[in-house]
Amino acid sequence: MRNAFAQEVTAMAAKDPKLVLLSGDIGNRLFDKLRGGYPAQFMNCGVAEANMMGVAAGMALSGLRPIVYTITPFTTTRCLEQIRVDVAYHNAPVVIVGTGSGLSYASLGPTHHSLEDFAIFRAIPNIRVLAPYDAPSLRSVLREAVNSDIPTYIRIGKKGEKDLVPSEKAVGIGKTAVVREGTDICLLSVGTIGPEAITAADTLKESHGISAEVVLVNTVKPLDEVMLAGLAKRFKAIVTVEEHSKSGGFGEHVSAFLAQNGIPLPIVCLGTGDKFMHSVGSQSYARTYFGIDAPSIVTAAQNCLKGPVGATP
Amino acid sequence: MPEAPIQNDIGSLEPIAQMLRYRIIKTSHESGTPHLGSCLSCTDLLVFFYWHILNIDPQDPSNAQRDRFLLSKGHAAPALFQVLAERGFYPKSDLDGYGEDGSLFGEHPPTPSALPGIEAATGSLGHGLPMGLGMALASRISDVPYSVYAILSDGECNEGSVWEAALLAAAQNVSNLTVAIDYNKWQATGRSDEVLGLAPLAEKWRAFGWCVTEIDGHDFVQMSDAIEKNKADPRPKAIIANTIKGRGVSFMEDDNNWHYRIPTADEVKLAAQELGIEA
Repeated sequence: MRNAFAQEVTAMAAKDPKLVLLSGDIGNRLFDKLRGGYPAQFMNCGVAEANMMGVAAGMALSGLRPIVYTITPFTTTRCLEQIRVDVAYHNAPVVIVGTGSGLSYASLGPTHHSLEDFAIFRAIPNIRVLAPYDAPSLRSVLREAVNSDIPTYIRIGKKGEKDLVPSEKAVGIGKTAVVREGTDICLLSVGTIGPEAITAADTLKESHGISAEVVLVNTVKPLDEVMLAGLAKRFKAIVTVEEHSKSGGFGEHVSAFLAQNGIPLPIVCLGTGDKFMHSVGSQSYARTYFGIDAPSIVTAAQNCLKGPVGATP
Repeated sequence: MPEAPIQNDIGSLEPIAQMLRYRIIKTSHESGTPHLGSCLSCTDLLVFFYWHILNIDPQDPSNAQRDRFLLSKGHAAPALFQVLAERGFYPKSDLDGYGEDGSLFGEHPPTPSALPGIEAATGSLGHGLPMGLGMALASRISDVPYSVYAILSDGECNEGSVWEAALLAAAQNVSNLTVAIDYNKWQATGRSDEVLGLAPLAEKWRAFGWCVTEIDGHDFVQMSDAIEKNKADPRPKAIIANTIKGRGVSFMEDDNNWHYRIPTADEVKLAAQELGIEA
């Protein structure tokens, strides 16, 4: 996704002199083509993220379209007040991009994990929250975000994520993609954890005779309420999957929608727990550690179809 | 193009400042709005920028080529609101309901979309300079000529984001950015040099790569010289303006109680006398 991001930004910069990429001293060599071809449209703001976010807001209020890019914790929690005040309160059209989101950098420890960003941004007015699941979806939502006037946060993965939906079928902001069709249960997966949901659906079908639909979601806020209401009519239960804390995450958002609209559909929300991971390991290890890997999804789906609402792993 | 700045004669600025001081004090009494000391220490700087420097047109407040002014010490908004009204960004009568429920006029500036003339909704310290830096950089990137000015407080220089911005501005040689530090030697609860070791302040900005001038922040001639003589300097500019908190009213000067205190009706009358205003 990282490479797709750099390619897309470079392609957009060639066409739009208003686009400026601000980097927090990361992406060594990644932006060489942008820097070489359009030096005025790239600025390394150093390891000074609070200032970088304020600078981006000032640029956006002056007619530019800045994209702020660094590792997710440093482009979110590190400079949260600047996001809230300078970007969101001013409704400044800044695109904030966090790379290596969720547990992408599991091996770097919790300083580099980002499992709180959805929860935080959901509570901040004016700002859209996006979590594309593969390179084509990233390209699609990034283009749309840069060409809009709406402050937007996009959390992306690292590199090597497989395409889950072919480029020609990539959908825009707020739209969903069905990658496995099913009839019993819906696996609603947001962001780069999509492959775990797909594997789980295949296992449910082959080993347990459960027909699970996998819906990939790229937008956490605003919530697609029409889509959710539609799903509620078609399935016996929903499992939400996200590489994010259960507290304040996408699943809670969906649960609140169902509850507040009187939709009595069993739901299990898979996300990370109320703990830091002190050990290091691969992203796959971390997903298992937090119980959000494919086997965990399989178990959750079975329990959800069996039991009452409220089963939390 | 915005109109040329009103290049008011330097000698004509003081009466404007005294009149605005009176309105700020009166409004504080009527609305219960605090931060009088902070407002009075930068009133002269505000008048200097708005009546002598800024290339702005109150009839066309979002003109792309306008100069940008950011009151980074947003708690002095009661002073800025009077300045913008007097300069014609909105009718002075708009200030009649100051501080009432539903008013835009309170302790801090609202967003530019809410009130013409405002460039940034400051109030949380350490935000105005980074945003101003972004605006100054945008001038260069977009090739639209204008300058950016910001007033910071000395207490505000506690914020790390101020120094982050100072570093980037120096690295990028942002010559169209000027910062005036309202160095009144106080912050909310104590002497600013004691709270966080601010001194030597001019040397700090110099060490960060800025073109620094130290002046008396109540002397319009020194302000003007500080701008004029450094116009061609390629570095960002910092004016360390030595000021007196509560300037203009003897019983408020250098008394930090007036960071929060609201004047009584009698104190407003006394202030008017000292300022030479017929109330």
